[in-house]
Amino acid sequence: MRKLKKAALALIATTALAASALPAAAEDIFVPLFTYRTGPFAGSGTYIANGMHDYLEMLNQRDGGIGGVKIAIEECETGYNTTKGLECYEAVKPKHPVLVNPWSTGITLPIIPKAAVDKIPVLSMAYGLSASSEGDTFPWIFNPPDTYWDGMSMIIKYIAAQEGGLAKLKGKKIGYLYLDAGYGKEPLPFLADLSKELGFETKLYPVAAAEMQNQSAQWLNVRRDRPDYMIMYGWGAMQPTAVKEAVKTNYPMEKFISIWWPSEEDAKGAGKEAAGFKTLNWHAATPDFPVIKDIEKHVVGAGKSQTPKDQLGTVLYNRGVYNSMLIAEGIRTAQKLTGKKVVTGEDVRRGMESLNIDAARLKELGMDGFAGPIKLSCADHNGHRPTFVQRFDGAKYVKVSDWIEPMHDKVGPLLKADAKAYAEKNAGWPKRTEACDSK
Amino acid sequence: MHLLYQIFIDPFMQMGQAPDLLVQTLWEGLVGGVLYALIALGFVLIFKASGVFNFAQGIMMVFAALTLVGLYEKGVPAPLALLLAIGVMYLLALGVERVVLRPLVNQPDIMLFMATFGLTYILIGAGQLVFGGDPKEMPVAALGLPKGAIDLKILGGLVSLQKIDIAAAIIASIMVAGLAVFFQKTRIGRALRAVADDHQAALSVGISLNQIWVIVWFTAGIVALATGIMWGARSDVSFALQVISLKALPVLILGGFTSVPGAIVGGLIIGIGEKLGEFYWGPLVGGGIESWLAYAIALAFLLFKPEGLFGEKIIERI
Repeated sequence: MRKLKKAALALIATTALAASALPAAAEDIFVPLFTYRTGPFAGSGTYIANGMHDYLEMLNQRDGGIGGVKIAIEECETGYNTTKGLECYEAVKPKHPVLVNPWSTGITLPIIPKAAVDKIPVLSMAYGLSASSEGDTFPWIFNPPDTYWDGMSMIIKYIAAQEGGLAKLKGKKIGYLYLDAGYGKEPLPFLADLSKELGFETKLYPVAAAEMQNQSAQWLNVRRDRPDYMIMYGWGAMQPTAVKEAVKTNYPMEKFISIWWPSEEDAKGAGKEAAGFKTLNWHAATPDFPVIKDIEKHVVGAGKSQTPKDQLGTVLYNRGVYNSMLIAEGIRTAQKLTGKKVVTGEDVRRGMESLNIDAARLKELGMDGFAGPIKLSCADHNGHRPTFVQRFDGAKYVKVSDWIEPMHDKVGPLLKADAKAYAEKNAGWPKRTEACDSK
Repeated sequence: MHLLYQIFIDPFMQMGQAPDLLVQTLWEGLVGGVLYALIALGFVLIFKASGVFNFAQGIMMVFAALTLVGLYEKGVPAPLALLLAIGVMYLLALGVERVVLRPLVNQPDIMLFMATFGLTYILIGAGQLVFGGDPKEMPVAALGLPKGAIDLKILGGLVSLQKIDIAAAIIASIMVAGLAVFFQKTRIGRALRAVADDHQAALSVGISLNQIWVIVWFTAGIVALATGIMWGARSDVSFALQVISLKALPVLILGGFTSVPGAIVGGLIIGIGEKLGEFYWGPLVGGGIESWLAYAIALAFLLFKPEGLFGEKIIERI
């Protein structure tokens, strides 16, 4: 009996090992999704994971995949932890993924040097290393539609518009509350440059990951410093806590503006007093689009997803959908470029560089009015698209500004300089040899 | 010279110039400190009874609060959800005693410590499996807890006291007083102290080790639930709260691992110290010193009192 038990256990272990080492079926396109449905950042991560998964699954169910090829979707739980993220990367590598999405700046940064070696494109959508938008230096990394530096420039432009122009920022005090990690620190050099050039004073309020739900000291400092505006680059549990603390401190919510990451839930917890809180966004935050209806019909309604119905159309769910739309369009473009049905990572890299999602294509995708058009090229892996400001009205976000263009003249040269510095700092950084299909 | 001024003179000038902000900072530190003390108390209870540093205390706080909020979200009335959460913490204590502690009797302490690591991951997994990983809002009003703030226009400014913080301070004080009476005046409390002093001697006079362990883990579970409710009401109930529980470590270093008064005094010193440090001295180095300042304060105290403020002096013959 004991022997039988041992044999059964050995069989299970061997099968599990063999299964984990197997590549996706040869006729599939393997798209791993690095997600975090657990841990301190699950509040943000779950919505994005659902959106990413559901869009790709919808393509499988509705269209039989992309170009007739099924997408093999596999989630790997990172918990927003860099070590676990790198484990996920190594685990999916043998299965020949056509692209990876790290969904964490901390995970993206160590993957950047690996991407060219492993020939796996990285999509860090609106996060990661800002300078990786420079395709000539980073041919394998894509971070559309905006970098964190673009985001900061658009927030500053919005603030300037409230004050009557960029010149009016002189002498103003702007507070920056940020997650004290790679992500939050990313825009610091750009903010310092802008502060010097435009003459406003910056007050920094770092929040350690361990203190995300314990921000009273930071907000006491805000109360003392009385910044004219507050900017936030937060994530996970940091965001609802910050909104609650802002309300508690009686900070004028109309002057509290975040980068594009807070969800409705992040603001709702503070109650009606959170009305006025603002964030950047570049896509719709409603379910009123054919693409979402198709997801509801083919995936959520069909019981092929973990998504609760009321999550469809929320900010971060739609963000996940947009992310997967970019992946799918990158694969579709790669199929067109190469004439192959089952594409590789190298093909998808070319596809991403030739990505051109115009208004007509968005309409075909059931996303007319969902987001603006985007076009990437070999040199520009980002697009640097305009965003708008949305205001929380106590229950949902409402668009309150026109599209705001990033400060291209300021961000562009700094990104180029930073990409150059990155290549110089990393001895032996390869010169671009990859083919270019889209000048 | 300027640096010395910024370190030794300017903060105190600021305290004098804006006393309302000083009082506000002290208040925030006090509330944080009370909650740290409660978390530390959970550690102390179990350490006293079994000599085990319960690494799972932080996740017990999250798990207890999550059970309450999760049940409430599933339509269970808040008072009933509270009772059920207490029941779940009792079942957990029973389970820990049967499955973890009993089989490991007479094993080295490190084995028990490692077992609490395992328990941590089981509770994380179970919590996420049953209630999901997203943050949940504490039903403050349904639990009868106050909302809003009391604004005091004093000292030439404004001191704002959140009602939930006042409630947290009061409830924590009552719990601490109750536990002190429980340990000093009741039969079970005395039995627990006997177990803490010497397991074998306690057994020889008829004290049931197993029963004591269940009581202690259950009490620690109640403390965890109370802390989870209070901290959850201030922000949200999420797995990030587990990290905050690690703030109990410097509290324990400072107060001593076996002392209930040590946990309280240590919690208050750490809570108030880190807030004062972050507010008045943090800006000198760009802020964000709170997470390590607690440890620096604890280590500074240890230079003078190596066994902690209230820890037992251990003299071993060698």
